[in-house]
Amino acid sequence: MRGNLAKAVDLANLQRLRHAPLPRSYLDYIGRNLFVVLLTLQGLAAFALITLGVIVKKSRVARNVMQPRIRQEIYRAGVALLPMFFFLALALGFLVVGQTVSALAQVGATGYLGSTMVIVVVRELGPLLTAALVLARVGTANVIELGTARALGEVEALEAMGIDPVQYLIVPRVIGMSLGVFALTIYLIIGALGSGYLFAFLANVPLLPWDYFHQITEALTWLDFLLLALKTMAFGFFIAIINCYHGLAQPLRLAEISRVAVRAVTQGIIACVLIDAVFIVFYLAS
Amino acid sequence: MSETIQRPPALIEMEAVEVAALNDSSLTVLENVNWSVPAGEFWVVAGPHHSGKSDLLLNAAGLVAPAGGTCRIFGGDTREFGDSRIAERRRIGFTFADGKLFNHLTIAENVALPLRYHRQPSDAETAASVAAILDLLELTPSAHLPPGNVALAWRQRAALARALVLQPELLLLDNPNAGLTPRHREWLISFLDQLWRGHEFFGGRPMTIVATTDDLLAWQHPDRKFAAVHATTFSVLGKWGGQEFSGHPGVRELLMTPPKADETRPEPAPGRP
Repeated sequence: MRGNLAKAVDLANLQRLRHAPLPRSYLDYIGRNLFVVLLTLQGLAAFALITLGVIVKKSRVARNVMQPRIRQEIYRAGVALLPMFFFLALALGFLVVGQTVSALAQVGATGYLGSTMVIVVVRELGPLLTAALVLARVGTANVIELGTARALGEVEALEAMGIDPVQYLIVPRVIGMSLGVFALTIYLIIGALGSGYLFAFLANVPLLPWDYFHQITEALTWLDFLLLALKTMAFGFFIAIINCYHGLAQPLRLAEISRVAVRAVTQGIIACVLIDAVFIVFYLAS
Repeated sequence: MSETIQRPPALIEMEAVEVAALNDSSLTVLENVNWSVPAGEFWVVAGPHHSGKSDLLLNAAGLVAPAGGTCRIFGGDTREFGDSRIAERRRIGFTFADGKLFNHLTIAENVALPLRYHRQPSDAETAASVAAILDLLELTPSAHLPPGNVALAWRQRAALARALVLQPELLLLDNPNAGLTPRHREWLISFLDQLWRGHEFFGGRPMTIVATTDDLLAWQHPDRKFAAVHATTFSVLGKWGGQEFSGHPGVRELLMTPPKADETRPEPAPGRP
């Protein structure tokens, strides 16, 4: 239990590298930063594997404690953000979708409407925007909460009670955020497409609603649904892993939490872009 | 020799243990610790602030693996104290110096957490068990409050309730009387004494207790055993007033330390910040 956590969070090498004397040449500087990146990747990979192991191995342990905690995290990373996403879907529809529909109609290219909407909203904008907002709203809070818990010794308190800190603190957040990003992306896409048509309708674009939705459904394939589900869950999973890793692993003092929160958000955004790039390869290959 | 044979089995055994600091594993705070705590004994480990008492206790509980040597709890090496030996973890109750209660839970929920996690009782059974132990520790008025809203003395009691809710055989307390008023300190030591002799609430079964302290006088008792940590050295002193006792530099330092000014403040009632 403690061994598992310690393996993932043993950052002695990383801290030594970060606090080493200033390098004498640019080559040293680049080399040091490369090692920091590699060690961070190693730590994140170990942390992700340990978390997956705990999810599988302890799925039936203490369900009466874990189920309410998972529900609470789903609420926090999903249901509680619905009003904000409702507003965002309206804004996205008016600002992006509606204008795109209007511009395509002006040049007589409404035949491309379905595929454009699917590529822009369903494949890219919807998932990425959702991931970025969940990272900002919930991910940052996770780093601060876990960092505070770590600095105040709550992790040791859990271990003293024989409670696995990864199971109690990390697993609910990972599951909650994975499901939250997936569900919110679906709502955002539906809302944006709906409000986009509303904008086009108000702008007198000569396009009937059933034509608009027929084109979109025609452009969607079963692969879009599958990859959308996988991509959004991957976004949620890795955002949660990065936030929890930095929150739980690094700040041993309260003063370090803000710096670690900034690092976690930056790495979360980079991770989402990289995951997105991997999925683009899938889309292009299919 | 015959005395050794008759002694009950040791719950904690340390052989040549090197104790590292919790937040800096490269820093050794205690060297060559040789210590055995048989079942049914009441030990007090004394030492000044930052002498390594808490780190020693974390090692003794198996929460931190020793930097060197061997530490055994219930006969098992603490280096292998993982998920496979979770049943043994439930036999140990541990309280931290500042309680370390979870602020997102109420006092009652904090106390219920280990019970619900390990035993999965029904809600009614949990409520009954928690209410009983809160009543025993006079915590009922604070049950619905978050830990941040109650005074330190009551947080310490809540941490003790949380450690006792699984009815452990071995109770480890890290500086439990730190910051307590004389009234609370007296209550605590008297309550621990009842646990050690066998409290009726726990079926009269005697509990093995190890407590650390920097206030040695408060624990004075002819039946308790004492050890001291001083300048990276752990020394077993035996019973109060023995030969090793008076000559130990750490003991002399502690006994000359006057009580802190904030220890004489009146304590607010339970449930009051």
